[in-house]
Amino acid sequence: MLGEGEIAAILGGNDLSQALLEVVGLQKSFGGVVALSHGEFSLQPGSVHALCGGNGAGKSTFLTIVMGIQSRDAGSIRVKGRVVNFERPQDALAAGISIIEQELSPVPAMSVAENIYLGREPVRFLGRVDFAAMNRDAQRLLDELKFAISAKTLMMDLSVAEVQLVEIAKALSYDAEVIIMDEPTSALGEAEADQLFAAITRLKEAGKGIIYVSHRLSEIFEIADSYTVFRDGAFVGSGALADVTRDDLIQMIVGRTLNEEFIKENEPMAEMALSVSGLNAEGAVRDVSFNVHRGEILALYGLMGSGRSEIFERLFGLTEDRGGEIRLFGAPVDFRSPKEAIDMGLALVTEDRKGSGLVLTSDVRSNICLTQLEQLSFGPVMEPAREADAAERMINMFRIKTASDRLEVSDLSGGNQQKVVLGKWFLTSPKVLLLDEPTRGVDVGAKREIYRIMSDFAQAGGAIVMISSETDEVLGMADRVVVMRDGRVSGEVPRSELKAETLVHLAA
Amino acid sequence: MSARSDRARDLKTLAARYGQKYGILAALVLVCLALTVANEFFLTPRNIVNVLRQASINGILAIGMTFVILTRGIDLSVGSVVALAGVVSASLATTSSTAGALGGPYPALIALSAGLLVGIACGWVNGVIVARFSVPAFVATLGMLSAARGITLLYADGRPVPALTDGYRYIGRGDIFGIPLPVVLFALVFVSAVWVLNYTRFGRCIYAVGGNPHAARVSGINVRQVKIGVYMIAGALAGLAGMLLAARTGSALPQAGIAYELDAIAAVVIGGTSLAGGVGRVTGTLIGALLIAVVNNGLDLMGVESYYQQVIKGALIVAAVMLDQARHKST
Repeated sequence: MLGEGEIAAILGGNDLSQALLEVVGLQKSFGGVVALSHGEFSLQPGSVHALCGGNGAGKSTFLTIVMGIQSRDAGSIRVKGRVVNFERPQDALAAGISIIEQELSPVPAMSVAENIYLGREPVRFLGRVDFAAMNRDAQRLLDELKFAISAKTLMMDLSVAEVQLVEIAKALSYDAEVIIMDEPTSALGEAEADQLFAAITRLKEAGKGIIYVSHRLSEIFEIADSYTVFRDGAFVGSGALADVTRDDLIQMIVGRTLNEEFIKENEPMAEMALSVSGLNAEGAVRDVSFNVHRGEILALYGLMGSGRSEIFERLFGLTEDRGGEIRLFGAPVDFRSPKEAIDMGLALVTEDRKGSGLVLTSDVRSNICLTQLEQLSFGPVMEPAREADAAERMINMFRIKTASDRLEVSDLSGGNQQKVVLGKWFLTSPKVLLLDEPTRGVDVGAKREIYRIMSDFAQAGGAIVMISSETDEVLGMADRVVVMRDGRVSGEVPRSELKAETLVHLAA
Repeated sequence: MSARSDRARDLKTLAARYGQKYGILAALVLVCLALTVANEFFLTPRNIVNVLRQASINGILAIGMTFVILTRGIDLSVGSVVALAGVVSASLATTSSTAGALGGPYPALIALSAGLLVGIACGWVNGVIVARFSVPAFVATLGMLSAARGITLLYADGRPVPALTDGYRYIGRGDIFGIPLPVVLFALVFVSAVWVLNYTRFGRCIYAVGGNPHAARVSGINVRQVKIGVYMIAGALAGLAGMLLAARTGSALPQAGIAYELDAIAAVVIGGTSLAGGVGRVTGTLIGALLIAVVNNGLDLMGVESYYQQVIKGALIVAAVMLDQARHKST
């Protein structure tokens, strides 16, 4: 176990001139698809280094290789000047690299000390765990770090921020020199984030190197010293944050100009379709107001956890009423169940296709007909001929590639599955479409078809509210954008003034 | 080329699905053939009727269980509900004064309706606890298993309800064209279940709720109602089974039906219904129930000790599911 001197050694004593981690020319492909073509990164001791990039920029691939979870195709990794070749995560851990993942995985019913020393508990005679020594060591470690947490507390009694601090302590108990933090504030409130930043500052002072991954630019400027930007699987640039402006960084992250991957022919009309004012939901949405006209595509843009999906759930009668006014074509409504919402012409394509979009154990036909069981039956009895007919119409309308409508949806590709979801909602002849990340996990070809469907629907007088994290998609499809931050509307931008920089700025 | 390989893959999947559907039927046919060869008495009308009668009570329970398991649930209470419904309905149809707390005997139809209502009520309570209060089905119905048994013993004062009227006993002992009434009722229940699951809106809802409750809810299905519904069906069928049992033996025992839920679950699982919900057919359950009955009957005929029967039934359950898993992996 750790002696006092050893903890001091863990917390300090790095040669400040040599890079802790140096990565050059990292490459990785998955079955012919290049995920990372040129990964480059250099981490100095006693610094916080932000790793920036949009979705698909190659950040995750880079991190999984550095952590020894995946192998690399080419390139070199040096830790403190020594060439390393990690084959397993344990190798990286032994070399002093540890990660605090976005999704923390503590054992909730165990104490803080037990979590820190999980799998390597100090033992005494006959393998009996030496709890006294374990608690003592854990408490000493926490105290050294100035974390106000008792080693004997159960993990389930800690806040998310405290769990994160315990993870940091755990990382340090492995003699970590390099600590990777993947979106550490995504589940934290402001006060909790400050607690985390204080801890990061102390680690920095102790000579540790921290790789900080985050989409939130304000945070990066607050806590980090230097940055590295990846885009489309390649290194774009790096430097000191003191030398760049926020706009410079956004420019580097967003990069390329938009090409013609979008189809947009709709024109907003004068008639109001859906208007929402002062909406609250489940503590995640506060006083949100917006409206969408017929023929219009309105985008709700914001970071994950900014309350976007909760708005849809509230509108669709999936969560309890927490105040606010909703008007559909002028008439006040408040749906208590999805059925009521569907009957009034709303349709909701959820973010999680497998979790709440499809019944994966059922076939294409059953999935398409699911929203219209009442209309496709005579009394309690289904009419199979009409079901088959409805499924066929949607399969043709969306060009769903399936050998038969009796094939299970789990056998279809992601893009075709998404088209089945769209089909099941178009069967209800909706007037207002709520689309939550409608092209997530869908290939480029199918994406274009989904954009065509959206454009056609709006052009025919339908209204669309679309949630998207993809800036390009918002720029390409939206007539107007409402930007969300921390459950509130932080700005509204008409199409004529749409710029990626503005959106990222308002969201972060 | 890719379209062709797609089609080939689709055909392969379809073939695998058919294998899944008919694999267990093939096993039943094989066992029957083997028993026909091994024992000249097996394939006689009398023995066949006997097997069917033995299969009927477990079969009726297993069909109710299929509804529940299709929604990702389980009903451990059916054995206790068998006893409760049996005792309550029998108390209305007994000529003995000792247990006749309610007077009577009343006409069989009234006694039978009461038993059915008791079963439905137990199912409703199960369903509400599961759907409304989000208690795991295993726990909720485990509670009912204990509570319903206790109520049965209290109600009957721990003693059998004897001397049932002839009208009541007819449903357990009577026959139509030589086919015992329990078997006729089993067939009726089976046909109705096939109809409900395959041809009604409620059936579609059951598969959707079991396959993905979130997707079902977002699509406008009242998930709670569907769940409560399936437990009520399981309860009603448990009530029916309890009355058939009492009518056949001529008196209702408060200790009846102990561990019946396990045989019912076994038939469902052997029949290929997934405990993860959303996948399964009541035809599979029918075959599963028949297979259990045939194997028991065959072992009886060959004079195998009944202790062995339990071992073989256990192996059968596990083997059926192993086969299913292997097939899932290959597709």
